[in-house]
Amino acid sequence: MPEQLVFAMEVILNGLMAGVLYALVALGFVLIYKASGIFNYAQGVMALFAAMTLVGIMKGQVPFAHLINAIFGTHIHYFGWNVPALLAILMTMAVMVLLAWAVQRFVMRHLVGQEPIILFMATIGLAYFLEGVADLMWGSEIKTLDVGLPQGINLWIDETTYNIFDYGFFIDNLDIVATIIAALLVAALVAFSQYTKQGRAMRAVADDHQAALSVGISLNFIWVMVWSVAGFVALVAGIMWGTKSGVQFSLSLIALKALPVLMLGGFTSIPGAIVGGLIIGVGEKLFEFALGPALGGATENWFAYVLALIFLVFRPQGLFGEKIIERV
Amino acid sequence: MFYREAGDFKTSYIADSQTFPIKFDRYRYYVVLAVAFGIIPFIINDYWANALLLPFLIYAIAAIGLNILVGYCGQVSLGTGGFMAVGAYACYKLMTAFPDVSMFIHVILAGGITAFVGVLFGLPSLRIKGFYLAVATLAAQFFLVWLFNRVPWFYNYSASGQINAPERDVFGIIITGPNAPAWATYLFCLIFLTVCAILARNLTRGTTGRTWMAIRDMDIAAEIIGVNPLKAKLTAFAVSSFFVGIAGALFFAVYLGAVEVGEVFGIQKSFLVLFMVIIGGLGSIFGSFAGAAFLVLLPVVLKVVGVDVLGWPTDIVAHLNLVIVGALIIMFLILEPHGLAQLWRVAKEKLRLWPFPH
Repeated sequence: MPEQLVFAMEVILNGLMAGVLYALVALGFVLIYKASGIFNYAQGVMALFAAMTLVGIMKGQVPFAHLINAIFGTHIHYFGWNVPALLAILMTMAVMVLLAWAVQRFVMRHLVGQEPIILFMATIGLAYFLEGVADLMWGSEIKTLDVGLPQGINLWIDETTYNIFDYGFFIDNLDIVATIIAALLVAALVAFSQYTKQGRAMRAVADDHQAALSVGISLNFIWVMVWSVAGFVALVAGIMWGTKSGVQFSLSLIALKALPVLMLGGFTSIPGAIVGGLIIGVGEKLFEFALGPALGGATENWFAYVLALIFLVFRPQGLFGEKIIERV
Repeated sequence: MFYREAGDFKTSYIADSQTFPIKFDRYRYYVVLAVAFGIIPFIINDYWANALLLPFLIYAIAAIGLNILVGYCGQVSLGTGGFMAVGAYACYKLMTAFPDVSMFIHVILAGGITAFVGVLFGLPSLRIKGFYLAVATLAAQFFLVWLFNRVPWFYNYSASGQINAPERDVFGIIITGPNAPAWATYLFCLIFLTVCAILARNLTRGTTGRTWMAIRDMDIAAEIIGVNPLKAKLTAFAVSSFFVGIAGALFFAVYLGAVEVGEVFGIQKSFLVLFMVIIGGLGSIFGSFAGAAFLVLLPVVLKVVGVDVLGWPTDIVAHLNLVIVGALIIMFLILEPHGLAQLWRVAKEKLRLWPFPH
């Protein structure tokens, strides 16, 4: 087999893995959008917030330590204990549920019935707010996150491919774990929305707010739940990306990466988010591999957006989105 | 008491259709102009110019530009940073290629080039709507920043990848570079802001502005009553990008002097200008000024209070700044979706009746 083709295969495999991670973030968007019509820009910052909270709890950091020290002149930083990973994840989840409740109670409840673009801008405000709070709570330095996920090159794949192609593929163990977890997460979400009472209520709300209200579904409860689920997805995405590249500000930018994924897949479709993520992941890696050196490199920064832009011109609702019907 | 129409009789159509039909308003406008042009240049120093006045003037131009697109034409754009970068790099290339031409011409040409690029990226708006479009403009943002970062021609093959503004003058007075006096840079930006504001105000009062607003309120209905959406949307993109390009050129050449594109014209800048427009008020020229002033002042005030008075570390104050800006945006959207401009309108209405309650 020619060498270039083998390289391209490795690139495609890695692209698929990266695509799964994009899809993971995009999922959080789709959930909230389907249930409440809100395009939640803060999803990326929620992932950052979740990852920082997880690291902070695991290390036993005192929340708002810097602020407290600045006001009272004290020097406290750590409680002096370490929390095991699993317990810390559960505690972080509790924090995310609390956050979901607060967002619903103090922001979204007051904006019901506003135009989508106003809601979108409110979530940009929320993103700034959360980012500031996260930095104040846990400090803004780059942190490492280790919850015991395997990392590094997968030797088995390396050896197997070496035997076949005379060239060992570099596949990160973490990416494989992420792919499995993402698949499980999607299956769980689908099962949740299809077979549980709350899940069905959620779909009812997504379909028609008023009809859902009139059969006795509590909108407030559903929205808190949806934001909690989105918080959970953010936590999972935060753990994956945080383990991969450290917990830092750039983590919140994955939200921007998820946007073209959503545009490709359509805002309302869970399978769309997955397929869109895979297309973007493979597309940008292949493009960088094929044309990146000729164009000066780092084409990953913009390729996804331009691809989505060109795609949207021909199909404005995305791959799996509902057909847009406009009336006067 | 103030702002009363009573007794202010118009005897010609020109007088009737002027920008500020109420006498009090008109005099206030003249006083503001007189203070800005006649008094501030004599008392200005470097600190005031660089910390407050220059950023305010330049952001106000950018905010007016974005307000035309978002507030008047309803096309949400997150590509402002990228378009400012186009203005900056166009200005840089022109400055270095034609050193003898006046800076006025360079800045205006930079605006024109940005308008052209803006129209190119505005073309998809004919097919894509709502926040699909907002996300599509991100393509402009990331692609343009990448382009200026990676193609050496744009930064004249300099080793650092930065662009530095060479010293240029207008009528013998140095405007750019480290030796430019504060009053000259201030006046230079002020002239551009004044002209842009008058232009924008009159555009939005006329046919062009009305077609924009028709598209904003309901594009299909507008199309049915005979508004050409192609023309309306593309002119909005062109005019908006023209202003944003001028702002970018001034930001680079007059204010900063040296620019690293990813840092200065990144996605954060797009959001900052968008926030100015939201906080100031969508669809209001005055709002653009108010929003720009507010968001330029806020970090400075916070820094003075937090760092200088309370003695907190700068990073905490920077984070608090984020929290406050975020909270303010949410508050404004909940309490007063029409922004500072609406507060101003309400205040005017109150002043008109004052001292009577009704």
